Amino acid sequence: MTGDLTPDRRRLIAALLGPGEPELTCDQCFEELDRYVDAAVAGADPDLAVPGMRAHLAGCPACAEDYDSLLEYVRHADERSSPSA
Amino acid sequence: MATGDTLPHPGNALPHSGDKAHPRSRDGLDEESRRWLQDLAGGGHAHDDAVRRLHELLLRAARFEVSRRRNTLAYLRGGDHDDLAQQSADDALVAVLAKLGSFRGDSRFTTWAYKFALYEAAVKLRRRAWQDRELPLEPDAWPTFASQALSPGEHLAETELLRALRVAIVERLSAHQREVLVAVTLNGIPIDVLAERLNTTRGALYKTLHDARRKLRGQLAADGFDIADGEREHHR
Repeated sequence: MTGDLTPDRRRLIAALLGPGEPELTCDQCFEELDRYVDAAVAGADPDLAVPGMRAHLAGCPACAEDYDSLLEYVRHADERSSPSA
Repeated sequence: MATGDTLPHPGNALPHSGDKAHPRSRDGLDEESRRWLQDLAGGGHAHDDAVRRLHELLLRAARFEVSRRRNTLAYLRGGDHDDLAQQSADDALVAVLAKLGSFRGDSRFTTWAYKFALYEAAVKLRRRAWQDRELPLEPDAWPTFASQALSPGEHLAETELLRALRVAIVERLSAHQREVLVAVTLNGIPIDVLAERLNTTRGALYKTLHDARRKLRGQLAADGFDIADGEREHHR
């Protein structure tokens, strides 16, 4: 019955109801963020490295922003420091 | 080096084994991270030089973040961008040095350090964006998502779920839970901005949000809706 919901409404309902699965707190998210990002950058499975992070990022817009920032910057910095850069 | 109020940061995480690009030794640290720790823990010129390099590294990260969000910074004058980046780097340096002993090699040292600079910059930017603005805590977004033109089938499905959700928000949540839920999920107020305005912490507010969401899910389940993860199917 998901087809009955428009994408905007699906997103809104998802935001209101949250991830609905075990998730980290904001403090735990900050603690684990570098580990999660380094796992992602290294091509490993970050969700295996840090269970509960993905759910928290889905439910917390501010932490999701912080994750996007760190991931983007680490990739940028790695490119800058790579021998071929 | 002037420093503002350093934002509260939590502690650290658990070790992991590294990867091919950044191999780790038996103590779990890659070579670059070990050098950073040795230099920062030492004394004299090597220490001072490491602190200077660390500040440069943090400043580059903070400037990147400010630049990345430049299009949302209409409220800042030109020179304010670098002032904000400098202040973020200063505060991040204080935080990194204070927490140095708790770094256990869960990630590369630089990734660990970057997150403090990016966090300081992001929080400052979010707070500046909402400075002197009244926070909309009422559910202004309800009409927006409830009134758009829908097909009869869509309308029926949405009406049922949204009505149940609206009733649950009004009847099942406390005034504080409703305020936090509406502010963060409907009105887009950053949770750290709301935390500052309500004189509490981001973690405490997220706990409130989490509890509110759990209540809503429980009520919808009691009402006969099957709310699945991800796509969130619903049906009677």
